[in-house]
Amino acid sequence: MSNTDIEIVVDDPTAPEVNSPVVTSVRIVDVVVSLLLLALALTLGWDNWRTGAAWDSTGPQAGYFPFYLSVILGGASLYGLVTAFLSRKEAAETFVTRAQLRRVLAVFVPTLLFCLAMQFLGLYVASFLLISTFMRVVGKIALWKSLLTAFVFTAVMFVTFDIAFDVIMPKGPLEAALGR
Amino acid sequence: MEAFGLLMHGFAVLLTWKTLVLMMVGLVLGVFVGVLPGLGGPNGVAILLPLTFTMDPTSAIVMLSCIYWGALFGGAITSILFNIPGEAWSVATTFDGYPMAQQGRAAEALTAAFTSSFIGSLVAVLLITFLAPMISSFALKFGPPEFFAVYLLTFCSFVGLGREAKHKTVISMSLGLLLAGVGMDTVSGQLRMTFGSTDLLRGINFLVAVIGLFGISEILLTMEERLALRGHAAGISLRVVLSVWRDLPKYWVTLFRSSFIGCWLGITPGGAIAASFMGYNLAKRFSKDPDGFGKGRIEGVFAPETAAHASGTAALLPMLALGIPGSGTAAILLGGLMVWGLNPGPLLFVEHKDFVWGLIASMYLGNVVGLVLVLTTVPIFASILRVPFAAVAPMIVVSCAIGAYAIQNAMFDIWLMLGFGVVGYVFKKIGIPLAPFTLALVLGNRAEDAFRLSMIGSGGDMKVFWSNGLVGSITTLAIVLLFWPILDKAFGSVSRLMKTAKSPA
Repeated sequence: MSNTDIEIVVDDPTAPEVNSPVVTSVRIVDVVVSLLLLALALTLGWDNWRTGAAWDSTGPQAGYFPFYLSVILGGASLYGLVTAFLSRKEAAETFVTRAQLRRVLAVFVPTLLFCLAMQFLGLYVASFLLISTFMRVVGKIALWKSLLTAFVFTAVMFVTFDIAFDVIMPKGPLEAALGR
Repeated sequence: MEAFGLLMHGFAVLLTWKTLVLMMVGLVLGVFVGVLPGLGGPNGVAILLPLTFTMDPTSAIVMLSCIYWGALFGGAITSILFNIPGEAWSVATTFDGYPMAQQGRAAEALTAAFTSSFIGSLVAVLLITFLAPMISSFALKFGPPEFFAVYLLTFCSFVGLGREAKHKTVISMSLGLLLAGVGMDTVSGQLRMTFGSTDLLRGINFLVAVIGLFGISEILLTMEERLALRGHAAGISLRVVLSVWRDLPKYWVTLFRSSFIGCWLGITPGGAIAASFMGYNLAKRFSKDPDGFGKGRIEGVFAPETAAHASGTAALLPMLALGIPGSGTAAILLGGLMVWGLNPGPLLFVEHKDFVWGLIASMYLGNVVGLVLVLTTVPIFASILRVPFAAVAPMIVVSCAIGAYAIQNAMFDIWLMLGFGVVGYVFKKIGIPLAPFTLALVLGNRAEDAFRLSMIGSGGDMKVFWSNGLVGSITTLAIVLLFWPILDKAFGSVSRLMKTAKSPA
């Protein structure tokens, strides 16, 4: 097999290493999720019971349908909890390695900050910051390329949504200064 | 022949410059999304759905369905050139597609993939054209009990026939149904599961959940992988296309078989993934040279691609005729229909003829245009992969945020989207399927209403679900499907007992 005709090559400078230590196994996450779902089922079940999950003269009350669904959800998560505890296979499976988690957080944390910033700076400024910083820091892409891409993308979004289609987005001081 | 006349009318609705341009835009965006690693049909439609909010329903659905076709086409490009399946249903395409690319027959493989996708979709669209109006006029006679029975059938078949662990499917489905019930109760006007929050009063918006589950979570999942790639570039010349097409009649059995499997699995919620593998395996089993498979046989590309596309397209049949989506993507399209104030279901064929036939006509047209488009522009799309994911990821995050916010102009929805992103990431990793959740969330309210209306009608008697032959057989079928794995095992052991009882004698 020759590699001569391989023409497209893309690198991933911050790729997660292959032999990174395991943070947690699938079993632990499965147990935690089952517990959370069980708690949710109990809360919702209780709330629906309070709303009224019985029958009255007109038919089933508002809480009837969701109450029995919470029962089903609770039962299924309980079953899931037990099987997860007993499963040997899941204990051996990796949920996430440390390097993978770092990468996932490298997207998740900026996204979280973006959502926060959006409330104060407006969506367009926040997205410019998100795209340029992300490209520069995570992708190790040249600064000018990052800034330019972010600017062009944000501008296109602004023109499409704010000017062409009149879709209202959260706005901040910059838009106010520009009089939009 | 009424269908034919209406279809012609549908074409007339479509053939305006505006719609054709939207179609092209949709296809290009779709292929783009399909080519990007990790993102596929449902993700593309979910992320780009908000773009269409400002359009009229016909243009919007044309664009969305073209995004879907585009994504279906796009998945094949990465499978063949890079050995990276853009979608789960393209996995089977890599078995023979990538070896062909390594042998320098990439153009041939791509042509085969696109052509067979086209054939698969075409068969499914033909089926929709003639079957959907019949089913929907039949369904017009349905009352609430019949509808509830059909919903039950859909849910039960997911549990009984799905390949995931049963309890995980049940969890996903009941969670979706529960979240659909949050907010104001439609029958009594009472509030439920809001816990005094004014934001929850509006309920949990289906599209916000979908954008989180399919947009944000997919980014998180994709980032876990090593995103470096090496692959072949390919241009397709007319000569190759013609030579592949000339050989096409030789493979008619494979094509026909795969189309049939695809249509069948698409209508029942089996999905395109199962269809593509089944198409591939059957082609291999019936082949005169099964050992040649996996080493670059063109049939190995034809079989899974035809099945995947037939199934992806056929999934829209129950959505149009009954208001029940056959796949995750169809569920998202259904959510879109509701945003535009169209009530999916049998009445759609009566009340919104223009819309329905416009959509069906756009399936024909979209596939033809799509085929031409991908055949001519493959090199450009292959080079999209040169764009580093670090640039694409934040852009997708921004698009998701715009989409989630635009639906109800609420900041709360942004946080909800983020929450669903995390939920989707964790669920996918521990094997809780997302398709039943999506389906349950979109159908939840209607299933509940149907249930309560039939209960009110019958005075609380459960026997209403067996009150006549039709509803009785649907309900019974639903319950049989729910316990299918158990029944299947039971039958298996009984027949084995019979065999062992016979053989010693």
